[in-house]
Amino acid sequence: MSNVNYFLTEEQQMIVDLARQITRDKIIPVRARLDETEEFPWDIMKDLAQADLFGLYIPEEYGGLGGGCFENCLAVEQMAYGCIAITTTFAASALGGYPICLYGTDEQKAKYLPDIAAGKRLVAFGLTEAGAGSDAAAIKTTAVEDGDYWVLNGTKQWITSGGEAEIYTIIAMTDKAKGARGASAFIVEKGDEGFNFGKKERKMGLRASSTRELVFSDCRIPKDRLLGKRGQGFIIAMRTLDLARPGIGAIAVGLSQAALDESVVYARQRVQFGQPIISFQAIQHMLADMATYIEASRALVYAVARTIDAGAKNFSKLSAMAKLFPTDVAMKVTTDAVQILGGYGYMKDYPVEKMMRDAKILQIYEGTNQIQKNVIGQALNKEYARK
Amino acid sequence: MDIVVCIKQVPDAASVKWDHKTGTLIRDGVQSVINPFDYNAIEAALSLRDELGGKVTAVTMGPPQAQDAIREAMSMGVDHGVVISDRAFAGADTLATTYTLSRAIRKLGSVDAVFCGKQAIDGDTAQVGPGLAVRLGLPCVTCVGEMEIMEGGAGLRVKRMCEQGYDVVEVGFPVLLTVLASLNTPRVPSLKGKMRARKADIPLWSAEDIGAQKDKIGLAGSPTKVFSTHIPKFEARREMLPGTAEEQVDALVDKLKEAGII
Ligand SMILES: Cc1cc2nc3c(=O)[nH]c(=O)nc-3n(C[C@H](O)[C@H](O)[C@H](O)COP(=O)(O)OP(=O)(O)OC[C@H]3O[C@@H](n4cnc5c(N)ncnc54)[C@H](O)[C@@H]3O)c2cc1C
Ligand SMILES: Cc1cc2nc3c(=O)[nH]c(=O)nc-3n(C[C@H](O)[C@H](O)[C@H](O)COP(=O)(O)OP(=O)(O)OC[C@H]3O[C@@H](n4cnc5c(N)ncnc54)[C@H](O)[C@@H]3O)c2cc1C
Repeated sequence: MSNVNYFLTEEQQMIVDLARQITRDKIIPVRARLDETEEFPWDIMKDLAQADLFGLYIPEEYGGLGGGCFENCLAVEQMAYGCIAITTTFAASALGGYPICLYGTDEQKAKYLPDIAAGKRLVAFGLTEAGAGSDAAAIKTTAVEDGDYWVLNGTKQWITSGGEAEIYTIIAMTDKAKGARGASAFIVEKGDEGFNFGKKERKMGLRASSTRELVFSDCRIPKDRLLGKRGQGFIIAMRTLDLARPGIGAIAVGLSQAALDESVVYARQRVQFGQPIISFQAIQHMLADMATYIEASRALVYAVARTIDAGAKNFSKLSAMAKLFPTDVAMKVTTDAVQILGGYGYMKDYPVEKMMRDAKILQIYEGTNQIQKNVIGQALNKEYARK
Repeated sequence: MDIVVCIKQVPDAASVKWDHKTGTLIRDGVQSVINPFDYNAIEAALSLRDELGGKVTAVTMGPPQAQDAIREAMSMGVDHGVVISDRAFAGADTLATTYTLSRAIRKLGSVDAVFCGKQAIDGDTAQVGPGLAVRLGLPCVTCVGEMEIMEGGAGLRVKRMCEQGYDVVEVGFPVLLTVLASLNTPRVPSLKGKMRARKADIPLWSAEDIGAQKDKIGLAGSPTKVFSTHIPKFEARREMLPGTAEEQVDALVDKLKEAGII
């Protein structure tokens, strides 16, 4: 565990304690089974709802707790210590919910946020398509005005909680000719006419999280489901991802910490050549690197999250850093954890092989780490041009 | 519905150590936790309230630190809590404990249902629930393993688990139930509950506050006298039986016969 004093308030410490309790009592006991069966973690979602955690970032007037990016990071870090598939399911609901929080009209907020805060309905965020991953502007899903309705057509791919969530924030093209300014955001509900689910993916890791296609065939939704202004779609998507990325960094920190804890405990008790393997300097140095990188990741994530909550205007670069570094660290740390556990680490009897399989997704989703570097690089170029 | 749940703070079984000289528990530095069965009692009380409305009050007799137990119950959704605390209560056996609890519950006013754990993991007598029911003049069902609300909220249909099966009992309100771990899965605390619990004002009621008679509480009110306690010694030996499975079974049977067990 971290022994750095991060000066948490009493309420923040409460969030940490509660999330840790749920992780210990509810998540860790079932994670291996859910990983095996790819079962959706509904029971745990109910516990998280009961604990009020879905309302962390939602304003108090809508039944939430009015917390910020930092409080969200604290909660997901603890959950990720247990299982990042379950944490991703939780975090994806915030990814879908942020746009409503940030850009919704009073009516939209009043209609959706209380249920989201109470964890009664999960949310999903749908941007990616088969031909549009890193290049989000290449999306082909369209939304066309038709009297009092919008009509959506197209297919979204790899949408976390697809099929399980009841509310979807969808980015679709409304004016193709306008390019990046031609997309808009919409709220689509499970059960809307013409909205169906495609195939559910089978994955290397993150297996308890559901990743599925969303299929829109003449999906008719009322006009008032447009989120923000017409043409604001990509701005909404980018702003949402900027806010969410430190959360992915925090998930990486929690996962890495779990891998380190498993490694140290094992290294202290595994005897080879007549001594515990932790007495070998090669092992000690690996553990030392792991611990140091993890603490650096945590410090970065916390500092960026707090900067965002303090009202920073332009934080794309910072939030990219807070995703990039901790997720690369998580990949390295989980790989080293398997190395330290040796053959046992490769077996399903120990949790580190799952941690390593799971870690890989963190470098890919919510913008690949190459894309994070592009964001950071472009920001640097702009910043220095101004000087 | 006015619902009361009785909870007891007990030493955390995971951290308990024994003083082998005196044969007693070393209580210093041992963390206190809510008696495990009492979480199920809390959950039962909350689920009854969630269905039929009303409020749940948690009651505990113990030192002032037992407020922590009340706060934890409140973080799960319990509405109010009281700690009954007075030096004069020290040394209470179950007779004195049930008297004290009953005085406090009477002071709370009308009551429709009282939930207790089946037993406390330290005292382990399982007498407080039934004893309290007698004191309050309530019907009592012990060892409840399943519970459902009867049509129109007229009462409860419960399964009383026995050694070789169960009884189905229908009972009206008011009632006292003692519950098993298999009854339910206690809910997790909530953030809003934790925040409310942190700020909550939890009254400490003294012997005087509950109008207790001096000779019925604490050591004075306890006919149970403890003459000595000791820690049983475990002197099990282990022996590995060699050979094939058949040879091992034969050797085992011989040994059991030798020991007069079979
Ligand atoms: C399990 C899972 C869950 C997901 N959940 C969601 C979700 O809920 N909602 C949603 O909208 N999307 C979701 N996604 C999609 C995810 O965000 C994309 O996979 C991601 O943005 C990358 O897109 P891609 O996979 O098409 O990769 P590509 O864009 O095809 O990239 C392939 C490779 O090329 C590199 N590359 C691409 N462009 C550049 C460039 N300009 N410079 C340098 N390198 C480049 C990438 O870094 C990568 O290494 C999910 C994906 C997965 C796997
Ligand atoms: C032989 C013997 C001698 C004892 N001598 C002493 C002594 O000298 N000094 C001393 O301090 N203690 C003594 N005790 C302990 C004391 O009698 C019991 O701890 C107490 O009466 C509760 O009984 P229990 O723990 O068996 O609870 P049980 O009857 O097993 O508990 C059942 C349920 O009753 C409720 N409950 C029990 N206790 C409380 C409480 N305090 N507040 C609220 N609800 C409660 C809970 O819901 C619990 O789950 C003695 C116990 C025994 C068996």
